[in-house]
Amino acid sequence: MSESAPAPAAVALEGIAKKFGAYVALRDITLSVTAGEFICFLGPSGCGKTTLLRIIAGLERQNAGTVRMAGRDVSGLPPALRNYGIVFQSYALFPNLTVGRNIAYGLETRRTGAAAIARRVDELLALVGLARHKDKYPAQLSGGEQQRVALARALAPSPALLLLDEPLSALDARVRQSLRHEIRGLQRRLGVTTVMVTHDQEEALTMADRIVVMNAGQVEQVGAPAEVYRRPRTPFVARFVGQMNFLSAVAGARSGWARVGAVELRHQPGFEAVPGGALTLAIRPEEITVGPAALHAENPLRARITAVQFLGAFTRLGLTVDGEGRTALECDVAATAFAELGVGEGADLPIALAPDALRAFPVPGPAA
Amino acid sequence: MSVRAPAAAETPDRAVRHRLSGEDAIRWTLVVVFAAVLYLFLLYPLGQVLWRSLLDNGGRFIGAANYIRYFSTPAIAASITNSLFVSAAAMVLTVALAFGYAYALTRTQMPAKGLFRVVAMLPLFAPSLVQAFALIYVFGNNGILTRATGLNVGIYGAKGIILAEVFYCFPHALLILMAALAATDARLYDAARTLGAGPLKTFLTVTLPGVKYGLVSASFVVFTLAITDFGAPKAIGGKFSVMATEIYNQVSGQQNFTMGATVSVVLLVPAVLAFVVDRLVQRRQYALVTSSSKPLVPGRRPLADWSLLAYCALIAGFIAAIYLVILVSSLVHRWPYNFGLTLKHYDFDTAGGYRALWNSIRVAALTAVAGTVLAFVGGYVVEKCRTAASGPLYLLSVLPVSVPGMVLGLAYIFTFNAPGSPLNALYGTLAILIISNVVHYFTVGFLTATTALKQMDAEFENVGASLGVPFYRTFWRVTVPIALPSIVAISMYFFLNAMVTLSAVVFIVAPGTELAAVAVLLMDDAGDTAQAAAMSVLIIATGLAVRSVYWLAMRGITRRTQAWTQGGAAAGEPS
Repeated sequence: MSESAPAPAAVALEGIAKKFGAYVALRDITLSVTAGEFICFLGPSGCGKTTLLRIIAGLERQNAGTVRMAGRDVSGLPPALRNYGIVFQSYALFPNLTVGRNIAYGLETRRTGAAAIARRVDELLALVGLARHKDKYPAQLSGGEQQRVALARALAPSPALLLLDEPLSALDARVRQSLRHEIRGLQRRLGVTTVMVTHDQEEALTMADRIVVMNAGQVEQVGAPAEVYRRPRTPFVARFVGQMNFLSAVAGARSGWARVGAVELRHQPGFEAVPGGALTLAIRPEEITVGPAALHAENPLRARITAVQFLGAFTRLGLTVDGEGRTALECDVAATAFAELGVGEGADLPIALAPDALRAFPVPGPAA
Repeated sequence: MSVRAPAAAETPDRAVRHRLSGEDAIRWTLVVVFAAVLYLFLLYPLGQVLWRSLLDNGGRFIGAANYIRYFSTPAIAASITNSLFVSAAAMVLTVALAFGYAYALTRTQMPAKGLFRVVAMLPLFAPSLVQAFALIYVFGNNGILTRATGLNVGIYGAKGIILAEVFYCFPHALLILMAALAATDARLYDAARTLGAGPLKTFLTVTLPGVKYGLVSASFVVFTLAITDFGAPKAIGGKFSVMATEIYNQVSGQQNFTMGATVSVVLLVPAVLAFVVDRLVQRRQYALVTSSSKPLVPGRRPLADWSLLAYCALIAGFIAAIYLVILVSSLVHRWPYNFGLTLKHYDFDTAGGYRALWNSIRVAALTAVAGTVLAFVGGYVVEKCRTAASGPLYLLSVLPVSVPGMVLGLAYIFTFNAPGSPLNALYGTLAILIISNVVHYFTVGFLTATTALKQMDAEFENVGASLGVPFYRTFWRVTVPIALPSIVAISMYFFLNAMVTLSAVVFIVAPGTELAAVAVLLMDDAGDTAQAAAMSVLIIATGLAVRSVYWLAMRGITRRTQAWTQGGAAAGEPS
């Protein structure tokens, strides 16, 4: 501990573990959140992301590990002494209090004058664009409006940290989209450190500064959205964030080469199996080169179109690659590009798997 | 970097403790107080009954000797089979009658449903003695029908008890069955019709299976009410002895407390069994109706509507007749010989008179306040302050419903009238009557409270905590206002039951703390049947008056809370 860190992390978790009876929900989580950062815990349900958020909030007690906020050890503090605001999935707005009273709720116990409280409430109402709904009850608002009230209530006492537990999952798709931008914009303007839990990878990719991908109680990868998408560290991350094709392969004699059926393919450096050992290659559907361009590219393959799925802006093709095992791939082609190809179901199609898009992973265990 | 934490495999089984705050101290105080109340006024007294059943009247331990004597003395042992017989008969009759009535009220378009509902609820406002009185006035040795026809049906005994219990238990069964019949999914009926099922087939394959848990539940509730009831068998049983009256005879008549305790323990068995089975069945009930279910709107079926109307009119007529007979008999010189009007029977000269009525009202009001506070705070402690004590406290809280009032009363004699005990200070006060009522009727109040609390967002307290607001403030500003309808309903329940109960208080009233329901019993015992009827009328009138106030209060609450309970549909999503 000799380094003199400039400022302590807004939230620092070290060795957090949580058990429910014999079930291990979290194991050895170490993580730090920089001040002003928007961080997302992303993972499937049951991965422990909400438990981790609740441990930060003090609503759940960890079995091991420490939680620090701005350098202060809060591991043993009850929620009330931790200084954060939280928005729950259900919003948990008090139905018997008006929007204004809901927002004022956390201000009233502090030694603040009534005039100052009223000023702060109006300020927050303006911030979330609900000034004209001040005297309505939550049940009289739409889901999106309720969500913003919950946000304003959490922000009212100017907490050092904002926690969001799946805040958008109860809303329909269009409201969700616009609220993503709104929350992100608000967070930027206020500069409040924010931790959000979500199972929606699109939400995490569009909103977060950094994503923490979690699986089975462990952190799989931490990184900026583009980094997590482009360089998934594990097959789980590759599969969970975005779409990914997987091909079973055997390591070739040359380093960086692997055989799929009869064809030798060059792949990204990174993982190396012993020659003759099994490994998994992965490529995203939009990274596959199709049509005439594929003929002269590196790693060319012959494929047959088995399915054509129209998805608006692009078309998803189901492909099988000739050779033993008849590997199946999915490939996304822009709608215009597909029209130019002039092919349909049953047609043969040359494809190529660009080496710098072709990732190599160890063969996943039976669980994955 | 500092030293790594130990390997994850060594994660301790205990979660780290949070620093105790002032709030935690308050929380734990609530848990301890609640546990102490349940222990002192429920568990410990019941233990006393169990213990005393193993002693002789001199206080020596004699093992199972009392039980052996109970089962081998035919005169006393008969009370067991008698109790089981009348309760089973009352159960079958009540549930069958109430099912038709409930069906008519929920599944038809017959007119005057509201009126039929109100009339069917009347027995809730009267001590169980009253039904028996009315039967005696009509069918008894000097009954109006007996005299008119010269035919004596022999109402004293099993027949009378069963009939009285049917009327007494009718509203309880009706409420359960109506709830069960109302909770259905119209889509099931649509499906049956599209598949070509006729009315009978639909009834047998959709309606009946849908309410089977309701039927089971109603059966157990009626059985328990009938087997633990004391008033009706006391008034109309004659020489036909059931367990509840046997306890009374042993304790009040023969001063044989240990035999009273022995019969009590035996009476606990069927009551507890019925309760356990009912809980197991009810646990399955919940999955039947989902949030996507569509309510069934009954169609017009003239034949069914009119025949069920006739059926309901008949039943409601009987029930109304009971209270009419009581009212008239209290207002005439001498039923059935002189029907000249008089108010002289309201000029009570025994059993405490108007003081008893006044005591009853005070006890009922205080029971309502104390019971509601204890039930709601108890529910809150069990539901929201999750501690290791929650499970045991829940079990103790649902136990009272299966403890017969006579048993609780006897337990309180053992506990609060024991020589040298500091608890004796309570004996002979109104306080012990209030405590006895609160405990006796605690379960329903407690379950109503926990249901209301469960329906609330579990995160309310967490939001409060994150904003630095103590839990008791959130309790007061959010939890209580939202649960207000339930709170008012709980207090109503405590009040009405405290007004009419006899069994739990008959052993512990004392000079100066007479109660109206006990006065009815004593007046009847003394042969002042007209005064007993007059006192019954006053009890019923009080209950109805309070019920009306409750109805007005509920209307006020509903109007005030309309703004925040209406759905978001009015505002609508932007999409």
